[in-house]
Amino acid sequence: MKTYGIIARFDTTSDLLHAAEKIRDAGFKDFDCHSPFPVHGLDDAMGLKRTTLGYLIGAMGMTGALFGFGLQTWIHLIEYPMNISGKPFFAYPAYAIITFELMVLFSAFGAVFGMMYYNRIPRLHHPVFYSEKFSAVTSDAFYVSIESSDSKYDDNQTKDFLKKIGGKDIELLQDENE
Amino acid sequence: MSEAAIKSRAQQNAEELLPGNQNFTTITDDISGVPEAKNTPIWWWLAFGLALSLLSVFVGSLGYLIYEGTGIWGINSPVGWGWAIINFVWWVGIGHAGTLISAILHLFRQNWRNAINRFAETMTLFAVICALVFPGIHVGRIWVAYWFLPLPNQMAMWPNMRSPLIWDFFAVFTYFTVSLLFWYTGLIPDLATLRDRAKTKLKKKIYGFFALGWRGGNRQWQHYELAYLVLAGISTPLVLSVHSVVSSDFATSVIPGWHTTIFPPYFVAGAIYSGFGMVVTLTVIARKIYKLEHIFTIDHLDKMAQIMLLTGCIVGYSYAMEFFIAWYSGNPFEQYAFINRALGPYWWGYWAMIFCNVVVPQFYWFEKFRRHVPFLFITSILVNIGMWFERFVIVVITLHRDFLPGAWSMYHPTIWDVAIYLGTFGLFFTGFLLFLRFLPMASIAEVKLVLPESDPHHGGDH
Repeated sequence: MKTYGIIARFDTTSDLLHAAEKIRDAGFKDFDCHSPFPVHGLDDAMGLKRTTLGYLIGAMGMTGALFGFGLQTWIHLIEYPMNISGKPFFAYPAYAIITFELMVLFSAFGAVFGMMYYNRIPRLHHPVFYSEKFSAVTSDAFYVSIESSDSKYDDNQTKDFLKKIGGKDIELLQDENE
Repeated sequence: MSEAAIKSRAQQNAEELLPGNQNFTTITDDISGVPEAKNTPIWWWLAFGLALSLLSVFVGSLGYLIYEGTGIWGINSPVGWGWAIINFVWWVGIGHAGTLISAILHLFRQNWRNAINRFAETMTLFAVICALVFPGIHVGRIWVAYWFLPLPNQMAMWPNMRSPLIWDFFAVFTYFTVSLLFWYTGLIPDLATLRDRAKTKLKKKIYGFFALGWRGGNRQWQHYELAYLVLAGISTPLVLSVHSVVSSDFATSVIPGWHTTIFPPYFVAGAIYSGFGMVVTLTVIARKIYKLEHIFTIDHLDKMAQIMLLTGCIVGYSYAMEFFIAWYSGNPFEQYAFINRALGPYWWGYWAMIFCNVVVPQFYWFEKFRRHVPFLFITSILVNIGMWFERFVIVVITLHRDFLPGAWSMYHPTIWDVAIYLGTFGLFFTGFLLFLRFLPMASIAEVKLVLPESDPHHGGDH
């Protein structure tokens, strides 16, 4: 069995934010801050870069729009040109609605499934779930987790460090899957 | 003045929207307490029984419709569009408030929406399902309803992409899918809460499966928040487009009374108006029964009534403008269509609409009425009756007297029209009651954002 890392609890959002800043300044990279709701300012405090998910959604939206416009053009211009109440075959203004709808549809798929991909979910098993107390993180607790994969990580030193910056209920977690 | 004496805006806001001493723990307990309760309340079983009976009426009449065909409805020449399209437009319209609350108010950073958005989004989902039933069944041979889709087939037959009816199919289908994704995305952190609090193994497994292993880490929230923001951003033009496209079903025709450019904005305003009516109706019941008056506060109801006032006035303006344009156009057919609405044989439908949609919301100018819960409850139902009549006026009154008096005729709905309409309530409430029983009816994560403690910079330590 391998050590996964250490978790420590903090009382308030501002404690969590300050802890994140200190962990970042101490040079840790593989750490995360857990909270019941998104905490404003944590991205900067943790030194996270802006997510690139937006580009993926944009690309998906473009694909959807091109697909929608292309599909309609192909159907009425190439596959089976049919005169219906004298409407032109390449009636591009009339194609605007479905082009728009498919752009929205594809972007939505991009946003949700892209978010899942970036977050590496679904992942039903994770070492943090082995902690009983950690489960309060989806209700009212704020936690910091530092993973053993970090180059600065050391069981005892990291534990002391977390204690020094005000962490409570410090727990060492095992990765039972490995 | 000392710092403690000055209350920040966030604090004032929180005191109104989350009165009493509420904190993160009590919010979680109160909201997740409902799906976690061991005993299902007796009224729930009663309501569920009623909903299931209506659902069986729905299934039965649907079966007969499929067996016999659309001839069982009251539609005939000249009224070829009857209750099916009225009900379709009515249900889709109701759905619009959910998206307005979850998307548009999110973009405008109206955090009072955080308490009611889950509720309203769920209403949207089931309302759109009820709506989608009607285009599905009105085609007569419903086993070939998939011809709506642009699928390659041996007949080389494709839908006519230049027709507003097919735009409508794409719009409503996209709307349903995006609403479902939006609803589920918002639900993920709350499902994780229910998973972590679950007492039995089975519950933990089921909630855990759907929570996808959410850990609430900021590395997850970072992508989550962007995805949520983008969903809100794309749902905003989507929801405005859906009812605009629905209105083009009418507006692109050459029928006097339908062929107008005011239809898209007028339909969208009406949709939001009726949708808020439905949200108020459902919220008033749920907050009372589940004793969640401190989560869905009187302030929320007040704000929703203000939106009903605004959209009700837009709708009223549209009614007036339709008459003005009919007169101004100088077109005798157009003029007759509108005189016939107000003074023809269906005058009662028109004046019921005017009363419910124009007169009733005027009471919302006064705070006393906006904060009077029983009054709000009754008027919110009147709003939806009025909006049903609006579609009745548009569909039936317009069609029953067209260009040639020789073709005029009255429209008589049959028992099956009524049965299928009532049946959709069974479908709606069956779904909605199951939601109330098993899922958190307010967003646990988002309601907490209203508390000033959720902001790490509160208290001025930065």
